Amino acid sequence: MSDRLLEIRDLQVAYGGIHAVKGIDLHIAPGELVALIGSNGAGKTTTLKTLAGLLHPAGGQIHYDGNSLNDIAAHRRVTLGIALVPEGRGIFARLTIADNLLMGAYSRNDQHEIATDLERMYALFPRLAERRNQLAGTLSGGEQQMVAMARALMSRPRLLMLDEPSMGLAPLMVQKIFETIRDIAALGMSILLVEQNARLALQAANRGYVMESGTITLSGASDELLGSDAVQRAYLGG
Amino acid sequence: MEIFLQQIINGLVQGSVYALVALGYTMVYGILGLINFAHGEVVMVGAMLALSALTAMLGWGVPPLLALPLSLILAILGCMALGYSIERVAYRPLRHAPRLAPLITAIGVSIVLQNLAMMIWGRQYHAFPQLIDNQSHLIGGAIINDIQIIIFVMALAIMASLMVVVHRTRLGRAMRAVAENQHAAQLMGVDINRVISVTFMLGSALAAVAGLMVSANYGLAHYYMGFLLGLKAFTAAVLGGIGNLRGAMLGGLLLGLIESLGAGYIGDMTGGFLGSNYQDVFAFFVLIAVLVFRPSGLLGERIAERA
Ligand SMILES: Nc1ncnc2c1ncn2[C@@H]1O[C@H](COP(=O)(O)OP(=O)(O)OP(=O)(O)O)[C@@H](O)[C@H]1O
Ligand SMILES: [Mg+2]
Repeated sequence: MSDRLLEIRDLQVAYGGIHAVKGIDLHIAPGELVALIGSNGAGKTTTLKTLAGLLHPAGGQIHYDGNSLNDIAAHRRVTLGIALVPEGRGIFARLTIADNLLMGAYSRNDQHEIATDLERMYALFPRLAERRNQLAGTLSGGEQQMVAMARALMSRPRLLMLDEPSMGLAPLMVQKIFETIRDIAALGMSILLVEQNARLALQAANRGYVMESGTITLSGASDELLGSDAVQRAYLGG
Repeated sequence: MEIFLQQIINGLVQGSVYALVALGYTMVYGILGLINFAHGEVVMVGAMLALSALTAMLGWGVPPLLALPLSLILAILGCMALGYSIERVAYRPLRHAPRLAPLITAIGVSIVLQNLAMMIWGRQYHAFPQLIDNQSHLIGGAIINDIQIIIFVMALAIMASLMVVVHRTRLGRAMRAVAENQHAAQLMGVDINRVISVTFMLGSALAAVAGLMVSANYGLAHYYMGFLLGLKAFTAAVLGGIGNLRGAMLGGLLLGLIESLGAGYIGDMTGGFLGSNYQDVFAFFVLIAVLVFRPSGLLGERIAERA
């Protein structure tokens, strides 16, 4: 199983009677950057939340690092190396930036290493360094996205999941965020990237999945998807 | 002028006790958006436990200055267990129920606790034993006694420690994170059930201390004492802005002052028509006034409906 950090089989998730995810298969190899694209309401966020443990599957299997995740509570998955930067960022607005980042390291107890990582994050996002004692709620949208990403990285994840990191950001900021995603991927971290901006996501990713009303309709190498007529028509405005 | 100073002293002492209890309401509200109406009864149980332990130990010949801290610790542990159980049994199963449901169980828990206390300790007033030679001191014509000084200083020290825990420790950071966004806190690896339990236990520990303080200050304890005290502390929390820790402390001290000054002057104000036994009325005037004119309280942000 060493070529599969994450393996999802026939995953189904429902909200009450509404089936949002209707049996999807998806896998991620160590060090891979995988994009999950699809239109509004396709079930992308539902999938990520289920992987993070915030929602419970109605059926199917989630294997992570060879073990089943199905019965593991959300807060324990962080310890296993799974981090989610949620849609809408979910930062703690009434905590300072520093406290937000320290919350990211909540599951760790190597104080010294945490301090080093904190400085690493400030080096990665210098704008956060200048504002470290400011309440996170006072930041701009782009800066908040940086906090959300830095906070997730503070847990030292092996699998980083990002839910629409570019949402609501100005083009320059989107570029900056994507540069960072590429940098992180280059360090060997596995990334599952959900994006509305399909072109950017596929350009950054090794592979991609296309999701439509709860099912995976296409998957393959990013170049193939970028070149395919179906993706061109539906997501790339071509 | 002496009366004024005397009422200020009395008000601050009583207010510091309200503040300790108000903190319990406000911490739970901050984290769960729930008014734990059983909290007043936890104060009562704390007072009763401490008093029973104290009486028993004095009977066994334990020196008073050892018996007092031991009974306090016992009451604190008892109340922490009680607070933990209340949350587990009465609130956790209703975490996702409509908001009215836990409010009703809260009232149910209050009634159960009151009746249990009545069965265990009876309906009579229990006198607080004379432990120390409670000396009175004259300052500017007003009198303050040792017990009052101890209560006030201890309450301030406890509040300061609580602020340190909430603002400077990993646990406190997790509490603030859970209060703000439970899902996001889970994503950070926080076991929110644990944090919620700890919050109830912390609040209950403060309640136990407050219970002992009130009974020491007034010299008695009673199975029904939690009701009015709880309601007043709740008023204090609302006055300061429920959910806000500094607000609870400020609200407690203010309410103590308002009550005490009101009681001191109500006779003059009404030409002798109403006496100081009407002092309880002030708390409820305050509650109504706050709810009408400033529902978010003095230091509270606007009360956003929680999703
Ligand atoms: N809490 C909920 N209760 C009921 N239905 C929900 C809930 N959250 C999402 N859904 C439904 O589940 C489906 C999938 O939603 P989801 O948020 O996963 O889509 P998405 O692919 O992330 O969309 P978007 O690109 O707009 O973020 C939608 O039909 C949505 O209406
Ligand atoms: Mg979404």
